[in-house]
Amino acid sequence: MQLVIQDIFFAYGSCSVLKGVSMEVVPGQVLSIVGPNGSGKSTFLRCLTRVLKPQGGAVFFDGRETAQISSRELARLLGYVPQAGAEAFPFTVLETVLMGRKPHLNWGVAQKDLDVVAQVMQFMGLAEMAQRPMDQLSGGQKQKVFIARALAQEPKVFLFDEPTSSLDIRHQLEVLELVGKLARQKRCQVVMVLHDLNLAARFSDRMVMLKDGLIFAAGQPREVLTPENVGAVYGVEASITDSARGPYVLPLRPVAAGTVPQQARQLPEILKWLKVPFKGKWAYPEAQGGNE
Amino acid sequence: MGLFRAKVDSVGVGGSLGEIQEIYTRHTARKACLLIALVLFLVAVTLLATVVGAAAVSVSDVFRVIAANVVPAYQGTVNTLAETVVLQLRLPRILLALITGISLAGAGTVMQGILRNPLVSPYTLGMSGGASFGAALAIVLGTSFLGPSFNVVGPYFIAVNAFVFGFLTILLVYGIARLKGTAPETLILAGVALGYLFSAGVSALKYFSNNEALKELVVWLMGGMWGATWQQVGLLTPLVLACMVVLMHYAWDMNALSAGEEVAVNLGVNVNRLRLIGLTVSALAASATVAFTGVIGFIGLVSPHICRMLIGSDNRFLIPCSSLVGAALLLVSDTLARTIIAPTEIPVGIITSLIGAPFFLYLLLKKRKRWWS
Repeated sequence: MQLVIQDIFFAYGSCSVLKGVSMEVVPGQVLSIVGPNGSGKSTFLRCLTRVLKPQGGAVFFDGRETAQISSRELARLLGYVPQAGAEAFPFTVLETVLMGRKPHLNWGVAQKDLDVVAQVMQFMGLAEMAQRPMDQLSGGQKQKVFIARALAQEPKVFLFDEPTSSLDIRHQLEVLELVGKLARQKRCQVVMVLHDLNLAARFSDRMVMLKDGLIFAAGQPREVLTPENVGAVYGVEASITDSARGPYVLPLRPVAAGTVPQQARQLPEILKWLKVPFKGKWAYPEAQGGNE
Repeated sequence: MGLFRAKVDSVGVGGSLGEIQEIYTRHTARKACLLIALVLFLVAVTLLATVVGAAAVSVSDVFRVIAANVVPAYQGTVNTLAETVVLQLRLPRILLALITGISLAGAGTVMQGILRNPLVSPYTLGMSGGASFGAALAIVLGTSFLGPSFNVVGPYFIAVNAFVFGFLTILLVYGIARLKGTAPETLILAGVALGYLFSAGVSALKYFSNNEALKELVVWLMGGMWGATWQQVGLLTPLVLACMVVLMHYAWDMNALSAGEEVAVNLGVNVNRLRLIGLTVSALAASATVAFTGVIGFIGLVSPHICRMLIGSDNRFLIPCSSLVGAALLLVSDTLARTIIAPTEIPVGIITSLIGAPFFLYLLLKKRKRWWS
């Protein structure tokens, strides 16, 4: 199972949001996408879930273009976890997780569906609150239920949109550890959009930094999170210390765009990510997950 | 949270996998029981409604009339007055109330579900306004152009016009919203705007119409089951039931949509198609019944809310539950409407609002509690 995103282009009307983004996601690894507001992170995720249809480029699962895959089959390949938001109507936790079985069932609920749901709820530690209505849960609990729903789809790829945005530090750690567990234990491919650079650095194997709809930097967190990159992309002067758990970004003050030297833009790196000719198989040094 | 952690650890893998299944089975069984209880309740109310009324008809008379017409081998005697009252007046009216309740409440549930908004009903989406305008147009133009022959073809002319206008309004609302990308808010606002437009049209027609047309128009706008015939029941029953079957088919899709559009797409739902089909089919059912009964508000808004508190939000159970509750509400209201100060009738819309609104407010104020938890 290989997820390859090739040269995605998307515009809302005349406003281009994604101007050619390419990447490959490796099983067993967490890939996080960072970037300032409006850099195209969420749009990119929506293009992957097919909520938005990219005007250019394509997404491939094992060499098959997703545009050619039926929505039911795609729902079994790809699980999406939204930000914790308000439901229109109160469902219980069990009903919500059961919705994840929709791509597998017709109208009735089979034994297999209940088994999967029970296992998933066990795995997420939700079994105790199966009967609770969703509107009585805290933000952290809701996020876990949403992850459980995506797990119930039994997908190969997980997409997380800001999974920690409204959580306290305890829940942030719990959720991100779970995300890592999905990648390493279940050998899934995980793409997550994160705002918090430090959490992204700690919990992802690779990072992609977007700026104005283009990949500005990509690679190991240590390679991406440099004072020069953070300055050029966010317009922020930052001090970056190298800790035992990866780089730590301490934003100092906003600076005018352009005052931070831009020569750090790693051109060879970016060339590798952009416009790579795709000929069925596609590999480059970072893809060490054994998928070449 | 520490406690929660400890629980997870002590349960381990495979500790209580059966528990989830047991919870699911129990809930499903309770919901099924509730639906069966509602059906039994409806049957009881139907029998009661057949017995009560201006003309005295006893329970045994009702059974004899029904037996004489249903069982071919029935040999007993039948009271002819009772037969006329039950067969020609009460039964068609009762059945029309039931089918109207089913279609309005079912349509309201589906519209609220696919637009993810608890304020939506056939009324707020402009359908009732459109149907009223259609009926008003038919009444005013019909009385002036058709003259005396209006009394013969009038009812059909009104019904067809009301249906066409009501149904087209929903399609128009959807079309307008489609230009802007089918955001639910656009749809609802477009419905409200068109509703105002049509109500202005109705006011204008009222203002310019003669006395005879005005009276007929006012009566139609208040809504009621008094014009019920077997023909209407025969036409509406298969139509409404077919619409409900189609809507039930999309119950899972609606469940997924209530979790958000992006989640629904990710779960394999074609959201635009779901919205188009759901709106069209529910508008078809609702406008077809409203065409014969006139505007009956409140049922389509209130019964989905009552049922969400009763049976939860799972549309597989919510749609039938809401339909049954809508039927019961309308039948009880209509029975009260024709018996409270019999032989004078009160328009049923007054009763539905008088009973429904305070009851709805009570439900809103009461702490939300699910009956099964």
